[in-house]
Amino acid sequence: MSDLKLNQRVSQAHENGDYDALISLMPYAKLLGMQCLRLGEDMVFRLPANQDNIGNPLLPALHGGVIAGFMEHAAMLHLLMFMGIPHLPKIIDFSIDYLRAGHYRDTYAQCQVWRQGRRVANVAITAWQTNQTEPIATARAHFKVDEP
Amino acid sequence: MSNTLILEQAQRFLAALRHCQVLGLQVHDASPLGLTLRLPYSRQIVGDPESGVIHGGAITTLMDTTCGISTVCALAEFEVCPTLDLRIDYMHPAEPNKDVFGFAECYRVTPNIIFTRGYAYQDDPAQPIAHVVGTFMRMGKGVAGDKQLKRDIQGAGA
Repeated sequence: MSDLKLNQRVSQAHENGDYDALISLMPYAKLLGMQCLRLGEDMVFRLPANQDNIGNPLLPALHGGVIAGFMEHAAMLHLLMFMGIPHLPKIIDFSIDYLRAGHYRDTYAQCQVWRQGRRVANVAITAWQTNQTEPIATARAHFKVDEP
Repeated sequence: MSNTLILEQAQRFLAALRHCQVLGLQVHDASPLGLTLRLPYSRQIVGDPESGVIHGGAITTLMDTTCGISTVCALAEFEVCPTLDLRIDYMHPAEPNKDVFGFAECYRVTPNIIFTRGYAYQDDPAQPIAHVVGTFMRMGKGVAGDKQLKRDIQGAGA
């Protein structure tokens, strides 16, 4: 990832409080329409309601895969921004529990790094819509964080 | 159900899911034994701009959809089955500029729950890029909007 100068881009984003440039590096995050909101020392990821992300036409509800992809990418960005990792972490496994339907409205996610070792990091991700205490999904992921 | 009927239902099911149309998912194969979908390679689903490797999220969407629609292979009639949980283990990254196939089968169907499993691969199913297990809830009859969707998916003949 040396050509992308990720370290530099991350510190620039922290300085300006503007994470759009960092997000727009990754085509898939742009496709979903992800955003980052910095709240003091916390980072909240936002997925604005978007017709293209609908999976269930009945409710309508977001595609479960979109919710999972959003949460997986949130975890990756969180590691990149806060854990001093100079390259893109690589996903090892990802497990998601769907707790409520993800309705056609804005979705938020927050991450908690439970353990970062030299080679592997364990991250828990929570996604919600109207109320953070009523998550629509919880997930956990392992990432490989050492040099590729 | 015949293979043709399962294939048609899987195609109509997939056509009803907007995000799957955005990704360009297609039914590759369908039988009572399981379902295979194809995720075409495209720049918009790249996760690592330097290597051109597809984002894990797009593979998750492929596998959630494949596991979800594979329920039509095992059920006599269409039912709405939301995902309870899904787990993906990544064996190795997908190769850039190549399509990804997702296979899934229902290995246990109970009155309330359907257990599915599958894998994603590119050239060789014996060398999967990811393994998946997913659990789905059977909502039974009478879910809001269920009848219209059922008509759409089962087709006029059903």
